[in-house]
Amino acid sequence: MATSHQASGIQAARLDAAGIAENFSDLHPAYDAHEAAVAADRCYFCYDAPCMTACPTSIDIPQFIREIQAGHPESAARTILEQNILGGMCARVCPTETLCEEACVRETAEGKPVEIGRLQRYATDTLMEKGAHPFTRAASTGKKVAVVGAGPAGLAAAHRLAMLGHDVVVYDAKSKAGGLNEFGIAAYKSTNDFAAREVDWLLQIGGITMDYGKKLGAELSLDGLTSGYDAVFLSIGLAGVNALRAPGEDKDGVRDAVEFIAELRQAEDLTALPVGRNVVVIGGGMTAVDAAVQSKLLGAENVTIAYRRSREEMGASRFEQDLAASKGVKLMFNVMPKAVLGNGSAAEIELEYTQVADGKVSGTGETVRLAADQVFKAIGQTLAGQPDALELEGRKIKVSDTGRTSMAGVWAGGDCASGGEDLTVTAVAEGRDAAMDIHSSLMG
Amino acid sequence: MADLTTEFLGIKSPNPFWLASAPPTDKEYNVRRAFEAGWGGVVWKTLGSEGPPVVNVNGPRYGAIWGADRRLLGLNNIELITDRPLQTNLEEITRVKKDYPDRAVIVSIMVPCEEQAWKDILPQVEATGADGIELNFGCPHGMAERGMGSAVGQVPEYIQMVTEWCKKYYSKPVIVKLTPNITDIRNPARAANAGNADAVSLINTINSITSVDLDSMAPEPTIGGKGTHGGYCGPAVKPIALNMVAEIARDPQTRGLPISAIGGVTTWRDAAEFMAMGAGNVQVCTAAMTYGFNVVKEMISGLSTWMDEKGYTSTQDFIGMAVPNVTDWQYLDLNYVTKAKISQDDCIKCGRCYAACEDTSHQAIAMSEDRVFTVKDDECVACNLCVNVCPVENCITMVEVPAGQIDERTGEVVSGDYANWTTHPNNPSATAAE
Repeated sequence: MATSHQASGIQAARLDAAGIAENFSDLHPAYDAHEAAVAADRCYFCYDAPCMTACPTSIDIPQFIREIQAGHPESAARTILEQNILGGMCARVCPTETLCEEACVRETAEGKPVEIGRLQRYATDTLMEKGAHPFTRAASTGKKVAVVGAGPAGLAAAHRLAMLGHDVVVYDAKSKAGGLNEFGIAAYKSTNDFAAREVDWLLQIGGITMDYGKKLGAELSLDGLTSGYDAVFLSIGLAGVNALRAPGEDKDGVRDAVEFIAELRQAEDLTALPVGRNVVVIGGGMTAVDAAVQSKLLGAENVTIAYRRSREEMGASRFEQDLAASKGVKLMFNVMPKAVLGNGSAAEIELEYTQVADGKVSGTGETVRLAADQVFKAIGQTLAGQPDALELEGRKIKVSDTGRTSMAGVWAGGDCASGGEDLTVTAVAEGRDAAMDIHSSLMG
Repeated sequence: MADLTTEFLGIKSPNPFWLASAPPTDKEYNVRRAFEAGWGGVVWKTLGSEGPPVVNVNGPRYGAIWGADRRLLGLNNIELITDRPLQTNLEEITRVKKDYPDRAVIVSIMVPCEEQAWKDILPQVEATGADGIELNFGCPHGMAERGMGSAVGQVPEYIQMVTEWCKKYYSKPVIVKLTPNITDIRNPARAANAGNADAVSLINTINSITSVDLDSMAPEPTIGGKGTHGGYCGPAVKPIALNMVAEIARDPQTRGLPISAIGGVTTWRDAAEFMAMGAGNVQVCTAAMTYGFNVVKEMISGLSTWMDEKGYTSTQDFIGMAVPNVTDWQYLDLNYVTKAKISQDDCIKCGRCYAACEDTSHQAIAMSEDRVFTVKDDECVACNLCVNVCPVENCITMVEVPAGQIDERTGEVVSGDYANWTTHPNNPSATAAE
């Protein structure tokens, strides 16, 4: 018997296997050939296309859609992957509604953009289903490059470097590659173990050695890397998590959303994954939405996102907000956590209403209490474990446009580096561009 | 609702929409369904001589080309005339005409180019009570190899001769259906006129190969690894048909000869255009074959609505109205100046106008960094390409530069006087204006 929604506390098996399977199916199911043809026909092949300008990896979108129209999705995939080797994952997780699809002229014309993300998935899936890897390595340069962190930035850099003929070793602290593609991101955006399959596919280029369980600052040191390799690329992500800074944060049932999502993504059986009856997620970004929606999909009865600013300032896009609302997640704006209450375990959360003046958030004094046997903190991740030798900018590793850090021979990209939004697609662009700069620096 | 009753050669039908001689009119079952859907008339699929009927291929008969969203734009066929016994067709025609006296029933005929063949079949057709006949001198495939169809239509002398036989052995209207697979449509029309045809109908299908199967390396439709040319029709052929209708309508030798227009009629507008260009009615095939007989309902409502808006009470009111405005290039007014104008409110910033103008035309559209597209009046020759490639209807329009204003491209004041090539100083054979 499945535990009902009403069972109190943090419980597994709130839904049966069939309910879980349905809830965690593909958010945007793959197009079949007919759907892709109809969608592709809507593209106007714009001049200097706004969608392409809006893409952080500058994929030639009109070109790849035309290739789908003309019946060769494999060439479309190549067009995509030349710019973005993780085009398959980006097709699934990119917030297209704020990137290419927002810029689509048919969004202007009809309020309905060409579904670029789904077309990109159609193209890349078609190619990957054939098991084909469209790129080959250049002749060996004899140069060795270390990449630290096997997330999107590291993988993109490694692939490009390997393709250019360098030998690459990719280190990762975890026992599996993929970074947030594998451990973050909602499960319904990356079904059927896609992140791992994409890594396997990417590694077909050859010349990349994966070395797991190696963490910078522990098994690895920057000095060791710079002396052992011709160049180093750091893509260590944001390993730290911001604290709630409210009394009761240490109670049972209060945890980091990223940790919950990672556990969910790695779970063999989601019916065995416990979730609260009354879940409150603190935060306003994609992680908050991913944690909240997945709590609901696991069978939590009440799920609330509590964000301290207004809807307009929320990091998660309107699409993500609406997705959460459609799954039954309640969105609360202008509230901040004041205390987690309960006897040992969380039972309630007290929120205080906020006002924003000159960009600063302050409490109004009015409070509200919500039942909360589980509280997820999704109030941002921070850089942690970075080498002291590197200059920072704000709270990230300072890099140039091409990813050069303050130290010669060391590049950085992805969420750990300054500049750009913390998106998979941005990380891919940064990894790729750093790889090109490493290449010219090594070969120059 | 305007009354669409149309009289063509004295044959009355409740509307000017007839189904052309083709698969949709091959038998009683289809024709009854067509009349129930509202079609004003049919031209029954072409009958051949008494005797064993022709046979069709048993593989695909049609090929096609498509536009966006797989909208069918052009259809090609290699089907022959009716493959059912003559007597069956005649019996069915008799029954249908009896049951639908208010609808036009025309019988299409194609028999060998011998007087006896026509003399044999015409009394039998006359006995059905059908309203008239249409001579199929058009089909460009199959039957043409046997000396019929377009093989006749391509020789004006044959057209005249056969038309004369028909007028001799048949008492009701004789329509001659013309093939477009000739160099000048006026010659076969003149021949039909000389043979005392009551009307011409055009166009029959255009010789074509729609595509090549790149695996079997054979033209499509492919039958056992081989293909042949077939007759092309559908929306793609409308401009060709419209021009041919216009050529006949304005030819001094055939002016006034009734025309039944055929070629890509898909909506009421296509029909209205053909009729404005001189056709007394239209015949439709591909639209029905693509969407079914119910397409006539939009044609009826659309034409009525438009006629009401324009104050036309009868189709006679607008038939031929556009004919006087068809002229030769040399008579076009060279002092008529327009410039493209882009409506910024309607522009969706796709930039196709820019790409077209910049790459393939006159570099007359400017693009700003924030994608505002504007016409450079000093470069614009008013070619209309930007209008044609813009995905938003009426976003780009051609605006006339009034007389007295300066054309920024030439720097000259626009003259209000009509002036054409015949008097232009650059024309070596120009004649001085009186």
